[in-house]
Formats: sequence, C-alpha cells, structure tokens
Amino acid sequence: MAANRPSLNPSAPPDDDPDVLPKAAFRSRSSSSRHRAERIPSSSSNSAVAFERSTSKPVASYGSKRSDSEKLGSQREINDDDARFVYVNDPERTNQPIKFADNSIRTTKYSVLTFLPRNLFEQFHRVAYVYFLILAGLNQVPQLGVLTPAASILPLAFVLGVSAVKDGYEDWRRHRSDRDENNRTAQVLAPGGEFRPKRWKDILVGEVVKVTADETLPCDMVLLATSDPTGVAYVQTINLDGESNLKTRYAKQETQSTPPESNAGLIRCEKPNRNIYGFLASADVPGEKRVSLGPSNIILRGCELKNTRWVVGVAVYTGQDTKVMLNSSGAPSKRSRLEAHMNREVILLAVALVALCVIVTVLAGVWLANHHDELNDLPYYRKEDYSKRETDTYNYYGVGWETVFSFFKSVILFQVMIPIALYISMELVRLGQAFFMIKDKNMFDEASKTSFQCRALNINEDLGQIKYVFSDKTGTLTENKMEFRCASVGGVDYSAASDGEEDGHSITVDGETWRPKMSVKTDPELMNAVMGGEGIEKANRSRDFFLALATCNTIVPILVDTPEPSLKLIDYQGESPDEQALVYAAAAYGFVLMQRTSGHILIDVLGERQRYDVLGLHEFDSDRKRMSVIVGSPDGTVKLFVKGADNSMFGVIQKNLDLDIVHATKTNLHSYSSLGLRTLVVGMRELSEHEFKKWQSAYENATTALIGRGKLLKTIASNAERDLRILGASGIEDKLQQGVPEAIESMRQAGIKVWVLTGDKQETAISIGYSCKLLTSEMTQVVINSNSRESCKRKLQDAASMSSRLAGAGSAKSPLALIIDGTSLVYILETELEEELFEVATTCDVVLCCRVAPLQKAGIVALIKNRTDDMTLAIGDGANDVSMIQMADVGIGISGQEGRQAVMASDFAMGQFRFLVPLLLVHGHWNYQRMAYMILYNFYRNAVFVFILFWYVFYTEYSLISAVSEWSSVLYSVIYTALPTIIVGILDKDLSRKTLLKYPQLYRAGQRDERYNLKLFIFTMMDCIWQSIAIFYIPYLAYRHSDVDVSGLGDLWILAVVILVNIHLAMDVFRWNWITHASIWGCIAATVICVIIIDSIWMLPGYWAIFTMMGTGLFWLCLLDIIVAGMVPRFATKALTEYFWPSDVQIARELEKFQNLNASTISEIPLSTFFSHP
Amino acid sequence: MNSSSGSAAGPSSGSGDESAPRRNSKRPKYSKFTQQELPACKPILTPKWVISVFTLVGVIFVPIGIAALMASNSVVEIVDRYDTECIPANMIADKVAYIQNDTINKICTRNLTVPKDMDQPIYVYYQLDNFYQNHRRYVKSRNDAQLKDADKANKTSGCDPEKTTKDGSPIVPCGLIAWSLFNDTYNFTLGNQNLSVNKNGISWKSDRDHKFGKDVYPKNFQNGTLRGGANLDPNKSLNEQENLIVWMRTAALPTFRKLYGKIHQDLKANDTIMVTLENNYNTYSFNGKKKLVLSTSSWLGGKNDFLGIAYVTIGGLCFFLATAFTVVYLVKPRKLGDPSYLSWNRNPLGH
Repeated sequence: MAANRPSLNPSAPPDDDPDVLPKAAFRSRSSSSRHRAERIPSSSSNSAVAFERSTSKPVASYGSKRSDSEKLGSQREINDDDARFVYVNDPERTNQPIKFADNSIRTTKYSVLTFLPRNLFEQFHRVAYVYFLILAGLNQVPQLGVLTPAASILPLAFVLGVSAVKDGYEDWRRHRSDRDENNRTAQVLAPGGEFRPKRWKDILVGEVVKVTADETLPCDMVLLATSDPTGVAYVQTINLDGESNLKTRYAKQETQSTPPESNAGLIRCEKPNRNIYGFLASADVPGEKRVSLGPSNIILRGCELKNTRWVVGVAVYTGQDTKVMLNSSGAPSKRSRLEAHMNREVILLAVALVALCVIVTVLAGVWLANHHDELNDLPYYRKEDYSKRETDTYNYYGVGWETVFSFFKSVILFQVMIPIALYISMELVRLGQAFFMIKDKNMFDEASKTSFQCRALNINEDLGQIKYVFSDKTGTLTENKMEFRCASVGGVDYSAASDGEEDGHSITVDGETWRPKMSVKTDPELMNAVMGGEGIEKANRSRDFFLALATCNTIVPILVDTPEPSLKLIDYQGESPDEQALVYAAAAYGFVLMQRTSGHILIDVLGERQRYDVLGLHEFDSDRKRMSVIVGSPDGTVKLFVKGADNSMFGVIQKNLDLDIVHATKTNLHSYSSLGLRTLVVGMRELSEHEFKKWQSAYENATTALIGRGKLLKTIASNAERDLRILGASGIEDKLQQGVPEAIESMRQAGIKVWVLTGDKQETAISIGYSCKLLTSEMTQVVINSNSRESCKRKLQDAASMSSRLAGAGSAKSPLALIIDGTSLVYILETELEEELFEVATTCDVVLCCRVAPLQKAGIVALIKNRTDDMTLAIGDGANDVSMIQMADVGIGISGQEGRQAVMASDFAMGQFRFLVPLLLVHGHWNYQRMAYMILYNFYRNAVFVFILFWYVFYTEYSLISAVSEWSSVLYSVIYTALPTIIVGILDKDLSRKTLLKYPQLYRAGQRDERYNLKLFIFTMMDCIWQSIAIFYIPYLAYRHSDVDVSGLGDLWILAVVILVNIHLAMDVFRWNWITHASIWGCIAATVICVIIIDSIWMLPGYWAIFTMMGTGLFWLCLLDIIVAGMVPRFATKALTEYFWPSDVQIARELEKFQNLNASTISEIPLSTFFSHP
Repeated sequence: MNSSSGSAAGPSSGSGDESAPRRNSKRPKYSKFTQQELPACKPILTPKWVISVFTLVGVIFVPIGIAALMASNSVVEIVDRYDTECIPANMIADKVAYIQNDTINKICTRNLTVPKDMDQPIYVYYQLDNFYQNHRRYVKSRNDAQLKDADKANKTSGCDPEKTTKDGSPIVPCGLIAWSLFNDTYNFTLGNQNLSVNKNGISWKSDRDHKFGKDVYPKNFQNGTLRGGANLDPNKSLNEQENLIVWMRTAALPTFRKLYGKIHQDLKANDTIMVTLENNYNTYSFNGKKKLVLSTSSWLGGKNDFLGIAYVTIGGLCFFLATAFTVVYLVKPRKLGDPSYLSWNRNPLGH
C-alpha cells in the first residue's frame, strides 16, 4: 500500500522515501532517446514519458482531486475545444478571434477606482462592522436620532479608515513592483527578423522571445532552440517553487536547428492552468510530423536561465495566464482559537446589550403609559407643537411606537458594548507581534540567512496554546544534508569512514585542477580495495559499485570558478540530496563525474578519463522504487546499473548467486538503518548483445506508442531490472539539526507532545527517535506494523490494555512510545479503529509514525484535531508536508533544502527546527498572554462606559441621552483608550525570555487557557459593573443638589472613566518601559486635551464646562475618589490571589525579580523586612 | 486542481518575490527595541507594597474626608419648600388650576430664620425637583447659533416644538428650554430693611461673552398659545438676561438648583428674613417641588456630606485592608519567588 501512496509532487523529497532515489528523474528527463548513436527518432515520445510520469502523481494537489488533464495524462490528445492555438511567430493570427491576456501582470487588489468599494466590501465581511453600519443607518432616522449624523458614523469610519489606509499602502507597494516588472524589457523577434527589445507587458502570445543567460523569463514559453546543440537549457526555478537547483529543459530536435525567424507552425496547448509541473501540448512543425510537447519543453515565467547562453522560445501563456500568476495565492486564512472564544463572549455581550435595552424599553414604556395624559403638561416633554395652524404633536407617535423607538435608541446609545475598535486593535497588535517575531535574532538562521517569516497574520496567539507538534523528519529534524557514511561492498562493511581522512580528491584537466566542492571522508580499507590492494575480485566489485554511484543518477556537474585561476570546483547539481552525496562519495573514491550531456557521461576513473554512452534510463517510480541506467562502457560492453530501496532490490537480485554476500549485505543494512542511516542497494547486470537488442526494440516501441506509454516503459524497466548481481549498499547519514534534542526536551517539559511522522523505515525512524531524545531507554515501545485489519485491531487492543495497565501502576509508570507504520495506518485511519488509535496514541508520551504517505500525515493530524480541543502544530519542509501543514491549526514551514512548497502553504516559516522553542515558548507565550489580556480589556473598557450611560438613563426619564458629549462618547473607544491597549498588546511581557526558556513548563499556562476563559470574563465584567457604579454614583451623590450642568457632569464622567480604565490597564502592565509610560499617560493627557477642545467650541451646549468644573475642588476630589474606590476591589483581589493562589507565571515573575537578591544578599526576600519566616 | 491552490502557491509576483529573499536574508539588526529588551521596571505586588499602598491611601483619604466634612458643616443652608404652602387653602385641591389662573394674585410671603451666622456672599438658589432638564426632548430643543448671532434669528432648527409663532415668524430665543424659563421672583427683607439681591454675575462669564450675543434681542417670545414660563425684556440683549443664561445651562440631574442671585450682606443667627415671592412657575402639573435655598459656600461648594463620608469610609476601608493583609501575611506567609511553589514542583498528592 505504501508503494502507491500518492506523493505530493514529483520533487517529493526523499526523506519520506529513502528508497526513492532519483526524484530528479521525474523532471530531468531521460535523454537516452536523444543519444546520437542511437538516434531514436521521436524525441517527442520521450517528453510524453515525462509527462505521464509527473501526471501519475498529483502534482500540486495534496488532496485526491486532480485536473482532467492530469488524470487522463498522455492517454488522450487535447481536444480542439480545450486547446489554445498558438501560431509560432504570428501573434496577429494567434490572437484572432479572441485576444489572449497580454503580458502585463497585476498583483494588486485594487485600482484607484475600485479601491473604495472593494475595500469596503471586504471589510464589511466582518459581522460586527455590518452591525455598526446598521446602527449608524438607524441613527439617521429622525425618530431614532440619538447622535448627530456625523458623530454616529465617526467610529466606524475611523476603524474602516485605519484598515483602508493599511490595505491601501500594501496595495500601493504591490502596484509599484508590478509597474517595475511590467516595464522590464525582453528581446522579441521583430518582423525584420531580428530581436528587438520590447517591454514585458507588450509581449503577445505567439511572439518569439530570446532570453540570454541569467535573465528572468518574461512569460511561459515553449522552447524552440537553445545555445546547446542538443537543445538543453537549464533553468533555476527559485522564484517559482523555491528550489535552487537547476532543472533541465529541452527544445525539440525538430525546431532546434531552425533559424529563429523562419520558425513557423502551430502549437496546440492546454488552456492555462496552475499546474507548474504539467504541460500538455502538441506542435505541428512544417515539414515534420506532429510532435508532442510536455512539461520539459516549457520554461515558465519567473524562472531564471542558467548555464545556457541563450534560448529562443515562443510565448504560449502570458501575463495573468502564466503559471506563476495562476499560482499566486495569498497565505491561508485561519482563525485563531482565542478569536473563536472571543466571539463566544461577544455573543454574551450582545445578549447583555439586548438585556440592557429591554430593561430601558420596558421602563420607558411604563413611564410613558403612566404619564400618557400629562405629556403635554411636562415642560420638558411638551408633545404638542402650536406653531402650525392646527395643533400638532411633535415627534410623538403614541406610547407603542415611542416604546419601540426607545429600544432602537437604546441599542444605538449602548452600541459600543460590542467593542468596535477591538478588531482593528487585534490586527495592529498582531502586526506588531509579527514584527518582533521577524526581527528576533534568536530565530535568524545564520546558515541560510533567513529570518522568521509570518505569512498568516491572524493566528499569532495560537502559538501560545499548542499541545501537539507533528514534525516531519528529514529536513525538519535533520539537516537534509546527506553525507555518505558507510558502504557495504560485496558483503564487507566499510564504515570506518569517520576515522578516515578527508580526501580532497581532485583531477587535472588541461592544466587546471578540478576538485569536488564537498569532500567526503573515505574508508582506507575500501580505498585500498578500490585500488586493487585486496584482490582483483574485490577491486572489480568495488569499482563497479562506485561506477554505479557515479552513473546511475541525474546529477549535473557544474564548474565553479575559484579565486585561484587554476582551481575549479565541481558542484554537483541535482534534485536529490541523496544522489549528490553518492556522487560526491564516488568522486572521493576516485570516480569523478566530470560531464553529463544528454548522450554521454564523462568520468575520471582513477585518473583515466572514460566516456560512457547513456543508452537508456529508467526513471524512478514509486511502484518499482528503483532507478536504472543502461550504459555503453568504453570496453564495448553494455551494463545496467540499478539502485533502489532494499526491499525492492532484493526482489530482483539473482537468488542463487552470492548468497553469502546477499546475507551479509542484509545484516549490514540492518545495522546501518539502526544507526539512523538512509540505505540504498546497488546492483548491476551486463546485457548481452541479444538482450540489449531486445530491450532496445521494446524501448523504441514503447516510446513511440501513443497510448499507455508510461505503463509500457514501466514494464520494460521491470523486465530489464532482474537477475542482478549485488554490488553493495550505501548508508547515508542525514545529520540531526543543531539543537533538536534540546528543543524536543524543552517542548516535552512544556507539555507539548511531539509526534514524528516520517517516510523512513521503522528502524531508521526509531534510531532517529533515540538520537533526538524523543525515545529514551526507559520507555516501553508499542510497535504496530500489521498487514491486515484484524491484526491491527488486535495490536491496538493489546496496546490499550498495556497503557491502562501502566497507568494503573501509578507513579512508577514508565512512559509509553507508540510506533506505527503507514501500512497499518491504512487499515486504521478513516475506519472505526481510528477511535482506538486515538485512545492509545493520546496515552502515549511519544508517537512515531514511519513510512507514512503525505495524505496519511494529514490524516494523523486530523485524528487529533477532530477529537480534541487541543491545538495542533505541524512542521515540515517538503512538499509532502503540505497537507499536514494545512490541516493543522498552525502550520510551520522550514525554509531549507527542499524548496518552498511547504513554506508557501505554511502560516509561519523559519530556518531551523530548534526555533520552535523560542517561537512557542517565548513568542507564543507572550502573544497569547498579550492578546488574551487585550481582548478582555477591550470588553471591559467598553462595557464600563456603556454601564455609565445605562445608569444615567434612570435619571433622564429613560429618554436615552448621554451626559457625556456625543463627540467624547464616539471618540472614547477609538481615541481616548485605544492606543495604550495596542501598545501593551505589542510590548508587554509577563516574563523575560530567559525565564520562559528556563522553565518550559510555564508554557502550560496557555494550554490551560489560563489567561482567557469564561471565569475571567465574568470576573472582569463584575469588576466592570462595580467600577461603573463608582464612576457614576460618586459624582451623582456629590452633585445631587447642586447647580451642576449636564456637560460639566458629563465631562467629569468621561475623564473619570478614561483615567480609571487607563489606571486599570496600568495596574496590569507587567513591564513598564518608556513607550508604555508614554502611551498610557499620554492617552490620559490626550483625552484631557480633547475634552478641552470640545468644550471650547461655543456651538456646543457644553461650552466652557470643563474649565468651570476644573475650577472647583469638588471636581478633583470626586475624580480621586472615583479612581480609588473603583480600583480598591480589583487591587485587593489581585494582591490576594497573587499572594495566596499564585499562578506559575506569578511565581516565575517573583523569581525573576528577586532571585538576584536572593543569591547575593541575605538569602531572604524583601518580605523579610516585614515578617520572619518559619 | 483548483482546490490545490494553496499547496502549489507560487510567489505572488516575480519582482515582488525578488525582493523577498533579499529582505529575508537581511540579518535582523540587533537593538534593545527589536529584541523586546527595552529597560523596564517590573512592579510586583509584594506584601510590603500592598500594605504601603493601602496605608498610604488611608492616610491621605481620612484627613481629606474629615476636611470635607468640616467644610460641609461650615456651610449654613436655609431650605424652604414653598410650592404647597403658597397655595391658598381653598385652591389646594386643584393646584394646577390655581397656577394657570392668571387673575389670581400669586404673591406669597415666607419667613425664614437664620440658624447660624451666615457670611456673605449668601447665594440664593431655587431648587426644582422632578424637573427633567436632562430629558432628550428638552435638552435638544435649542439653537445655539440663534442665541449668539443676531443675523441667525431665523435659524430655529432643533427648537421643536417651540420654533415659530403661528404665523411662522421665528421665536428668539427658540426652543423648549427658553420657553420654560423659571419665573418665580423673590424679595427679601430683613426686619424692615430690604435685602438687595444682586442678580448680576450669576451666570458664567464664558456664556455671556461667547454664547449669548450682545446684539440679540428676544422676539416673539412667549407669544404662543401656551405660556411656558417667564417673559423676557425685549429691550435687553440676551447676554444681559442672566436668569435665562443660567436656566439654559441645563441641569444634569432631575433635582437641581439654579442660582437666583447673591446677597452681599452678613446675616446673624436667629435673624428672620421675610421673603415676598411670586409663585408663578407651574411645577404642579408634574408634581415638582419648589424650594428656595439660601446658602453660604465653602471651598467644596455647598452643603454635601457625601464626599466627606465617602472619603472617610474609603480611607477607613483601606486601613482595614492594610491591617487585614498584614494579619493574613503573618498567618500564612509565602516566600516570594520560591520555585518549590511552581505547580510542577509541588507534590501532586499534597497541596
């Protein structure tokens, strides 16, 4: 089953398939057919192979959906209806009757015209904003007009405006970069037959474009010709998929030799789609038969041309139709758990709001009913208007209607109960937090020079609540830098390489010294064997072994200049780090791969240059799990070299030959994989003339077959790869990344369960588990590797009973580790056994899943995510991790060796696994703590204000007026109190980084929802009601029988509430730096200034009220009394809980503050000045 | 295929992405700010602090409270409710009919005894009860532009339902507030000597100077079907009509006082003041009380014990809390910052 697990992408990293060797083969095409000696005529067939190959794997999709073209693959020709017709070098005809998109790109969301409507439309996706809009609309109804129109719309306009400015700025930057990009120039074939510069945006489909080395490709083009006579071109796709190695692309032989200006013909290609690894087209070249084109014949926009002097191609997809543009999608949008919880409390607040409004409405109704007859006699109501000819009622619609209006008016008046500024504050706070995460020098990877990336901006706080970490192995726990460690040649184990010398083996070419870029330590014994020191038999076998390593791959050697003119470095470029390691190893033992062209390989064998003709190449596929190459040796023999995974290789090894060697190799392999090495088995066979002829004709038939080409080729490969003679096996070490064991230990202490999901073999997985301290010797291992549902079930039941037995054993319980493999998971995931697995797995301390397919990874994440509330985090680096990264609550991509697919799908990206520790334990903790506090505080702050308004309603005959001037009320939540909470939300730290790292257990506060839960919410709300009572009733009682006017008292209330909520915030601030000071005190000062300004406008009834108030002692005494009376309960409760029921965070804070004192002085804390301890 | 957008996500744009690696590869500059290590003070509520804070608050609050109580006690206040007493016995059953009947003489005499010496200035207030000057309909019924600017006499928006006369000419000052202007009058005599009441300077100077125009004269005021209250002298500009200015500072609460005038003469204890008042204002239709108040003032304003009591109470509470915390800290001390209290260090069985 694991055999046909869907791999994500042709570049599926080997980490999950140590046995999968040359994933490079997927794309770097076999070139045997182009071998000149053979002259297999139709190279087109070859490209179809490649296409079939890549389509057999769902390329860019992690799910099971595939596009039609992918499903059907080469089995069909493109239908004319579905095709795009491109007439080469004839853009006019190509763009008739429908003009294709031009080559200008637009990544901006808005234009000047659409900005306002579109941005508003997007912002109003937020229900809260719709609510505020509706209320602002209701307020415009004359009967309901509580606020003046301008004031009613101001808060909403303000928050929308801030967001719009932010969005607009981001879009403007995109706009600028688009413009730069569109105005770049490229060489386009002009009617005169020469290439002239043309701006990128003007390039049309059908035009012939010439690109020279190191230039970026302006559009997706089908290659027509390249500077290389065989039609090879190398491109770097780092901008497209982030992979930095070179990929080979081919021009068709049919067009390669045609001069550019006489190119003509018709290309029929698929409609634009986003599959960057698939392309399906056919070309009618005049004078030749129809040739088919595949993904290796197209070069894509955004790639760079490397190691090729020039290429000529015809534009087939331009502008928005290019694959890079079709693939540009933003970061995934997730909602944080805190925000989900917050929405629950927002609903509670809405209920509270409705309750307040109902109370007011009922009371207003009762009052109206009681005073129904005397309304006209009340000088302050006077319902009749005598100014008309006939006496009319003014703004009075009967008791029923007035009561209904009361309800709406109260909703409008109390609307800020739903904190309008909270959403924008959260956005800004997350932006600030992201800034600090990005700038953190502890998360900067020196090796790859990458800093932390925040791709998703709305789940920062989730990082503080993670309970499960699902980690990929290769490239995540390990460096994915393969090092050749051990070899077993002819059954003899040569693993002393670590003691051996680092051999900078170099060769001399035309007076220059060429040296492999990386040197590999060699085993002296093996070296001796190669040199022939241990007999001819051993020498031959070991030479063949290294020859196989040097030939059977898809590595391209590239010469790199060094400062020394006579020294050149050979850089082996390839898509598989395993292959690179093998080739470097071969070079160290004297088999230096010097050149690889489409037709031959040049190898320096122990100082003697040898040329091997590549006659055929069977690419790797996941059914066979091996690759092979057929070469013509200089001595005239034809050899087949095969390398592959052990289990697939032992099936095709000649059974009755070298039995002892096979046995010894198996033993060696077992010991290698227990060391955590990735193993490969190498074999070979000499083909007789007859066999080769037979193979060749079958191969030719297959490559020209129109239907089922891929299957045929597979069969041919399987037929050829049999009766092999075993040469040996290799062990490649994938080094653990720096700090991984420590990071895992920290996370374990933090209460985070780390699960490792890998494609490796069980033994390798277990040994890696040991080396990264995930597994320890005192752990009881439960291994589930079954081949049937029944045995899976049985084993699960055993495991369950074992775990319950261990749990029953009490404190002496030894930790449990579950090791399960992909085959068993097939029988478990998505069946009724899933529940049992969940039960067992959650009781285990460690879970190791080996041999899992990408989709199974997602399935395991879902296993936890769907059954618990616990937060999950997935971390991985390869395309095969994409599904699990997207499935988990938080997805983290390692921007490492394997391209950027994982990074592109992730929410956060970083360079090293160990950065998880500062990310979760430090930033996650902070972010959670800050955001939780900010949300609670926002609720509190707005509710206090609403309650003050509410109390006042009782003293105004429920006529819903606020004493606070309406400008102050609308500015309250957006200006008077907004900034300090944002600043505190960005900057405050409850504990220092050092403490958080020293006590990882502190992380559990987030897992326990310690800082935001219903209890805290209710507590805050009760506090808020008390504070509102203090703020309202102290002035009320003090001014009860005085001549104070509405505005004066209103000013006192607004100042009191602003000062009180800021002091409340100040009391909860953990760390006061100058910014915090400035924002909190500055905000109070700003409020005073605002109130003064408002009271300096003579048009408003409150003119000069604040000055009059401030001139009296009563005002100041009230203010002081309010602040103290409001804060006393909170202060006392805080002091009490912090002292008697201290949270871990609290104790750690004390530790942080006093431990120096403890250490240095009298070993007593300052408390001792008050009390002595028992 | 479309579903796979996320997984195959390419860079958003070529050039945009070119800058990305450059940006990423830039080593973050180390600064105290970017590393979130700005020097900061980290206060902790140690017992010392808690007790000090409570003690300090107590120490500050109790004296302030006592001073406030003393100030309040030093204020001499005469409050006389006259709304019922000033109705002839035969009309007591129908107070509204009495007050609305213009033909009845509304003169009423009250004798007030000064309980303690009162030093000048003595403030004369009228106090209305159950009068919601803060009612939405009432508060909004005014036009400030009209009050300030003679040219804007026609601006009566917001003044409903007292905007214009029947023939459509604007009322100045318009609106319910001005319309319901208080119109009881008081005359004081001490023995046989008239106590003069100074009605100048009872309003805010800022109102006189900037809010009420000096060239704005009342027009069509109290000409309507229903008379709300006092009439205004059409020959006096609004900024001189201080009773209107005071009235138009709408009160915050339903029981309020408004300054009527000031008596610049000391009164001795047991002096009897005779008040001759015209009981014109209709509070009977809404059961409002009317009171005449004579009061001296202190640094804290009028007579009000509340604030003093509040301060003493809070101060006392803080002293109590300080003591309580001291006791509790003594009884159940906890060593601050002791790692053994950390949840993972505590014995899971104990505690």
